[in-house]
Amino acid sequence: MQPINLENNLWEESIPGGNHWSGLMRRGNALRLSDASGGANCSALFYNAEDKLERYNLSDTLKAQHTAYLTAGNVCYSDMGRVMTSITADSLGWHDTICGVTDADMIKSQYGESSYQTHGNNMFRNGKDGLLIELAKHGLGKRDLIASVNFFSKVVPDDAGNLSFTLNYSQIGSYVDIRFDMNVLAVLSTAPHPLDPKTCYQPSGVNLSAYHAGNALQDDICRNSCTQNARGFINTERYYS
Amino acid sequence: MITISALNPANAVLDEICYAGDPWMAKVKKGQIFRILDLEGNQAVDTLFYNANNAEERYSTTDTIARQKQLYLTTDSVLYSSDGNPMLTIVADTCGRHDTLGGACSAESNTTRYDLAKRPMHSCRDSFMHALNHCACASQLSKRDITSNINFFMNVPVISDGALSFADGISGAGKYVEMRAEMDITVLISNCPQLNNPCNGYNPTPVRLLLWDAH
Repeated sequence: MQPINLENNLWEESIPGGNHWSGLMRRGNALRLSDASGGANCSALFYNAEDKLERYNLSDTLKAQHTAYLTAGNVCYSDMGRVMTSITADSLGWHDTICGVTDADMIKSQYGESSYQTHGNNMFRNGKDGLLIELAKHGLGKRDLIASVNFFSKVVPDDAGNLSFTLNYSQIGSYVDIRFDMNVLAVLSTAPHPLDPKTCYQPSGVNLSAYHAGNALQDDICRNSCTQNARGFINTERYYS
Repeated sequence: MITISALNPANAVLDEICYAGDPWMAKVKKGQIFRILDLEGNQAVDTLFYNANNAEERYSTTDTIARQKQLYLTTDSVLYSSDGNPMLTIVADTCGRHDTLGGACSAESNTTRYDLAKRPMHSCRDSFMHALNHCACASQLSKRDITSNINFFMNVPVISDGALSFADGISGAGKYVEMRAEMDITVLISNCPQLNNPCNGYNPTPVRLLLWDAH
């Protein structure tokens, strides 16, 4: 793992498996997400903190970069043609963008029932309700529930479009670094991936390390990975000019 | 999977043309059959669906993909809502594959994908905005509700290494896709005006929309 320069460290926090989190990440800061116990899934949504109508757009992100998944060098586009976040480092190589999150019925049918009354804080939580709880804290709701990036999860299509989930893909300590190129409301859930076939509910936690990364320089790997991204960064820089 | 419909256009309760680059909206009642017909071939039809009685429930790309473990749409595919309910089921398809990932073009995404100077070109999301600004449901639907859409007749293959390509259309003149509504639906269409890639064969053309009552 490439260490984070200590003097750039801002804070650290852990999200237990199955839980949810949201926070404001300012332009030029970054989050390292790392897998606490292996097999993590971290579903992420991104909104412009100053205009939450502007948000991560699945299709614009995939189309601009001609990819169905994300890794180092890729960026997440907003629906307004701007780069919102960049993946600046990645120990894995594939992060799912197309499968979304679990809901209460999916968790119940796959893992059984475990409520607060019987299991306290070990209750089984699902991705959709976790994200909606965090969205509600910022005045957002079901209309704002967009497709998530599912960090740490790999789902591969065959030529006919059938999808298969790669088991045991992420390991303890697997990590991905996300630089925030705009002031972003980040919303995260560590509930299981919807295609994860395991029947025992033991989602891994995810550790967050925030650090100051600085804005994308001219030789930045994400800016230079394709001409589309170079233009996307220009749009972002015009917004902050 | 290619499936031919037995329905006769002479019996349709709605039969309209949506011209190249125009938006189109309609209500489809539960049980009705809705057909989109590619009149001249290779025309992407960007389509969103909402529960007509509660627009917070809408077509969900990720629910549709994950619940069927399948990227593409064809006969027997179910279009799932954001609440996990079936909204429509495809009951006939003479094209064979429809896209779930390509989304709708916009003035802003054209600046990144092609050139900063492409912003003034007509786009699907401008058509969506225009339709919502003028529809009876304008107080309920807005930019906030524009989510990832289906592209009927568009061919966006993902190869096994995960690369996404925009291939020439596999549709042709007269091909159609037909779906049965499983709830009351509001349909929002942009007949795609994109000229920068082959999704419309560089020549956007009209499509025909038909609706039949439940048998």
